[in-house]
Amino acid sequence: MLARIKQFLGMEAKPEEVASKQEVEKVAEEEKTRPRIGYIHLSGCTGDVMSLTENYDILAELLTDMVEIVYGQTLADVWEMPEMDLALVEGSVCLQDEHSIHELMEVREKAGLVVAFGSCAATGCFTRYSRGGQQAQPSHESFVPIADLIKVDCAIPGCPPSPEIIAKTVVAVINGDMDYLQPMMDLVGYTEACGCDLQKKVVNQSLCIGCGTCAMACQTRAITMTNGRPEVNCDRCVKCGICYIQCPRSWWPAERINKDLGL
Amino acid sequence: MVLGTYKEVVTARSTDKQIQKIAQDGGIVSALFCYALDEKIIDGAVVAGPGEDFWKPEPKVAMSSDEILAAAGTKYTFSPNVWMLKQAVRQYGLEKVGTVAIPCQTMGIRKMQSYPFGVRFLADKIALLTGIFCMENFPYESLKTFISEKAGVSPELVEKMDIGKGKFFIHTADDVIALPLKETHGYEQNGCKVCLDYVAELADVSTGSVGSPDGWSTVLTRTGTGETIFKAAVDAGVIETKPVNEGKFGLEMLTKLATQKKEKAMKVIDEKKAMGLPIPYKASSEKEDPLANI
Ligand SMILES: Cc1cc2nc3c(=O)[nH]c(=O)nc-3n(C[C@H](O)[C@H](O)[C@H](O)COP(=O)(O)OP(=O)(O)OC[C@H]3O[C@@H](n4cnc5c(N)ncnc54)[C@H](O)[C@@H]3O)c2cc1C
Ligand code: SF4
Ligand code: SF4
Ligand code: SF4
Repeated sequence: MLARIKQFLGMEAKPEEVASKQEVEKVAEEEKTRPRIGYIHLSGCTGDVMSLTENYDILAELLTDMVEIVYGQTLADVWEMPEMDLALVEGSVCLQDEHSIHELMEVREKAGLVVAFGSCAATGCFTRYSRGGQQAQPSHESFVPIADLIKVDCAIPGCPPSPEIIAKTVVAVINGDMDYLQPMMDLVGYTEACGCDLQKKVVNQSLCIGCGTCAMACQTRAITMTNGRPEVNCDRCVKCGICYIQCPRSWWPAERINKDLGL
Repeated sequence: MVLGTYKEVVTARSTDKQIQKIAQDGGIVSALFCYALDEKIIDGAVVAGPGEDFWKPEPKVAMSSDEILAAAGTKYTFSPNVWMLKQAVRQYGLEKVGTVAIPCQTMGIRKMQSYPFGVRFLADKIALLTGIFCMENFPYESLKTFISEKAGVSPELVEKMDIGKGKFFIHTADDVIALPLKETHGYEQNGCKVCLDYVAELADVSTGSVGSPDGWSTVLTRTGTGETIFKAAVDAGVIETKPVNEGKFGLEMLTKLATQKKEKAMKVIDEKKAMGLPIPYKASSEKEDPLANI
């Protein structure tokens, strides 16, 4: 496992494997060192880890046979942060909260891989709207995605990320399936997300084809389609980035799709 | 492979006289969905249903054959069917959703299935993805220009529109107006210019008119699901098939048009890349098969 994680970090050889439910079962059967996973809860709502637990059908197997949860509020009664192979960090960081910043720095030191888990960690999401002035900490006003402060290896955006993408990612990490993870490594740089990216990066670039995938994917229903183009209601947008990420004209994983379909 | 990966290609049509009458071509899309509904392979289908304005479609969740048939026929403008998939699953509570999609819409759906970032419990509910061939699409105002200005017909009189043999045909009850395709140039959707898929390469089953005689459709079965459902519909007598014409007016024509579309798009992609504009596809020099949809 550690070799695989190192491989992951070093981006060495790319083993060919598919992440799917069958793979989960296959992996679970094999004798392997289970990766030590930690869950770190910064300024998030616990929705991301709730989404993880919605993988009911594979969760028991995942937790007992495939991974070891070594740290995490709501998951394990451990106070000292241990060494971890992989840390899922939920929530953005409050720059006025020294404990949060300290915890994030500690994660970077103790975890092989740091994952921005959910859109708050990845893009800031709705904490982008924070501006302080509330009891009991009126000065707590500045929240940033974790990649603003530390090097992040992989991002799983979503508000929350779907249970399926979490399962697929965990399995891909266990399998060292770099091809599958590559888009998530690329998404680490996408921290300034907003619904207006559709206009700027798709429509303005003469790439939009009016398919409606963005409107389907938006988790707050901020998007409607008008004359074949997305129209974003900025008052509903939480800046999660999912619309642009799911747009077929932002990035195009053709090889993976063909493989998944058996074409 | 400019026609994508497929298991079988045939010429086919619906055996239902009513579908034959109202469908665009062989009525394969409508016949497959009606059959899949009856057999409970799907419990609803997202189709391009009639909207408020003439020939401006609106995505609809059809739960009965009548609703499927109400959506038959090609509308040459946007119908963001992918948008409606979420409603189909959430509001309508469908577990097995069918949908009809032009190639770019199949791309949105397949990407969502491989990487369902924010799309909770939807990816596995797409039970039948029927793709239709597509050379290009038009904004609604372009379509209005063809009908009202160029053909001089009022939209409510139009019974069918159809592209083929180098012409854009506008049918009314007692007339057919043929616009040369060069009259439509400049009115296409811009995003289509970089599209590398003519025959819905990622659908379960793809169908279109090119390659088959009038009133018939060319059908390619691609995935295991697509093959099973199509075969079952044929066995049930809902769809009749004959071997596809391999020659000049059959597969050769289809291959030629698919190649032309891809070559044209690749040129635009390469030019855009050279200008440093964002484009989600590889340059022709970066891929093994320069015409592949990657
Ligand atoms: C924009 C566009 C361009 C096309 N270009 C070509 C081409 O170049 N060559 C070719 O061979 N075929 C092309 N087709 C496909 C062809 O016109 C027929 O749709 C196809 O052959 C299916 O016919 P049918 O008789 O099986 O379907 P029918 O039984 O008539 O059903 C047609 C189905 O298509 C759906 N539909 C109609 N309009 C749209 C739309 N705008 N977006 C999404 N779904 C829609 C309807 O909801 C209906 O379910 C194009 C279709 C479209 C929408
Ligand atoms: S998903 Fe992308 S291409 Fe499709 S309608 Fe939205 S912005 Fe346009
Ligand atoms: S429009 Fe919707 S999907 Fe896009 S960033 Fe805003 S909330 Fe997220
Ligand atoms: S040409 Fe391509 S991008 Fe344009 S509508 Fe057809 S499938 Fe979509």
